[in-house]
Amino acid sequence: MSGHSTYEPKTGFERWLDMRLPLIRMANDTMVSFPTPKNLNYWWTFGGILAVMLGFQIVTGIILAMHYVPHVDHAFASVERIMRDVNYGWLIRYMHANGASMFLLAVYIHMFRNLYYGSYKAPREVLWILGCVIYLLMMATAFMGYVLPWGQMSFHGAVVITNLIGALPVIGDSITTWLWGGFAVDNPTLNRFFSLHFLLPFMIAGVVGLHIWALHVPGNNNPLGINVKSKEDTVPFHPYYTVKDGFAIVLFLILFASFVFYNPNVLGHADNYIPANPLVTPAHIVPEWYFLPFYAILRAVPNKLGGVIGMFGAIGVLFVLPWLDTSKVRSMRFRPTARLYFFIFVLACIVLGFCGARLPDDPVVPIGSTFTLIDADLNSFVWLSRVAALYYFAYFLVILPVLGLIETPLPVPESISAPVLSHPASAPAGATASPEKRG
Amino acid sequence: MADTVVGDRPDPHVSGEDPSRRDFIHIAAGAAAVGAVATLAWPFIDQMNPAGDTLALASIEFDLSKVAKGQQVTVKWRGKPLFVRSRTEKEIAAAVKDDHADMRDPQADAERHKPGKAEWLILIGTCTHLGCVPTFGGGEYGGWFCPCHGSVYDTSGRIRKGPAPKNLAVPDYAFLSDTKVKVG
Repeated sequence: MSGHSTYEPKTGFERWLDMRLPLIRMANDTMVSFPTPKNLNYWWTFGGILAVMLGFQIVTGIILAMHYVPHVDHAFASVERIMRDVNYGWLIRYMHANGASMFLLAVYIHMFRNLYYGSYKAPREVLWILGCVIYLLMMATAFMGYVLPWGQMSFHGAVVITNLIGALPVIGDSITTWLWGGFAVDNPTLNRFFSLHFLLPFMIAGVVGLHIWALHVPGNNNPLGINVKSKEDTVPFHPYYTVKDGFAIVLFLILFASFVFYNPNVLGHADNYIPANPLVTPAHIVPEWYFLPFYAILRAVPNKLGGVIGMFGAIGVLFVLPWLDTSKVRSMRFRPTARLYFFIFVLACIVLGFCGARLPDDPVVPIGSTFTLIDADLNSFVWLSRVAALYYFAYFLVILPVLGLIETPLPVPESISAPVLSHPASAPAGATASPEKRG
Repeated sequence: MADTVVGDRPDPHVSGEDPSRRDFIHIAAGAAAVGAVATLAWPFIDQMNPAGDTLALASIEFDLSKVAKGQQVTVKWRGKPLFVRSRTEKEIAAAVKDDHADMRDPQADAERHKPGKAEWLILIGTCTHLGCVPTFGGGEYGGWFCPCHGSVYDTSGRIRKGPAPKNLAVPDYAFLSDTKVKVG
């Protein structure tokens, strides 16, 4: 959308339209001729994958809404009717339910790629923040969608999550009642969740439009994390990245299909095939896998308000990340120390995910209890999640700010097309320009 | 246009071009618009609060003779479980004994039931942590145990261990007769 447009209208109609609404020009500039760094690897294909998944979710979702009944007495049965009686209803519902998981999986890979290659740094802060907004909207949408089948996990998941807001002092209870539309999670809650679950994907689509706009102003980051210097460094988006993205999308859809056709319920919870009963809570409440790390942070803090602050803080800290990271070098290829801490960070996130799925007091190592530290056994998932949660926050609030000031990055190549790129460590003296000038 | 006119006539009041009068109109119009939006916003926000019929269903009557000694009946009230528990002498004694124990939300057992009705404990059956339904007979205090995050309540429904911040809530209720209560 920025820079010089290379579009030349060929036919009379195109020239006529171009003077009135330059739609074809915009499509051409963003999806065909857009100059893209020529060294993008497969980690850069997840943007395209996400766009496809959003499309899948919207199409399958609108179809499901044609058959679903948002009422506490009929919701569960209408979902079962979709599964058993509606033509191909099973396929569409399994695509929608597993599609949500695949969507979140792709967004996590997309975000980790961002963290590794420093794509959030100047001049892409707004691009990153818009991405965080999309992620928040996705989580809200996924949560409300999970409530709609009105099974036991749906219901009690909704109870637990909406009660989080009750932790706020003074106004917490009135906000919770306002959200519920009653004194408990009930029919008004289900109705409004359905309405919002229908709305939010279109809001996501709108923010995705802004996200792509914000991407096309500075252009793509790349694995070297250096700016594009000349035309030599880029290739047109089409056919180079339409084909590369297309190939990755096909691979990703194979993974998606393997869940839909061979293991459609493995990512869900069996208790959600029991109709919601407000009087009995399932013995073991777990959120969907994509929320487990945050759930582990919530439980790691032995105080209700503290746990809620920790959980939302874990997402909030992402929004200010561009100003926390003090390093001028974007890509961690040239930051060996930061790279080590990054991989520990990925590990911490996975560990938090495992902790969120287990009971807090269960032993981590099956040797039974060791000794009690403060309020829980040291050999328990609650302590493991405390260590991992501490690292999660330390990575953003201590490691990235401090490391940028004290580390010595490796020499950064002159340009993407410079021959030094294959061996950055053995770069000739001329290539070892000071990285801070490159931003 | 204004530039040329003002240059010719140094006194702005004569021409009606007084900039402060324009400012007033701008501010007044802007304030009116903000006020109108704020007024209109309230119905759109308040519609999400409990509706009239939801509020109308807010109280129930319950016949205590249905509960045997040492038993607990769970009824639905305002969409939430309500525990109606007939406590044994042993449970009451255990609750009174702990009145001065170290507690997160200190309360004497006598404050948690109606005067002279120590047998009847009526509680909102949602954990004060995140709203799960605790089960009776779990935990080391002889009361309730919440399966979600391990909060433990004693025989008076007071929080003794785990993440919950408060005792199980006692709803507003009154004895209509010896065997009948009205809740809400």
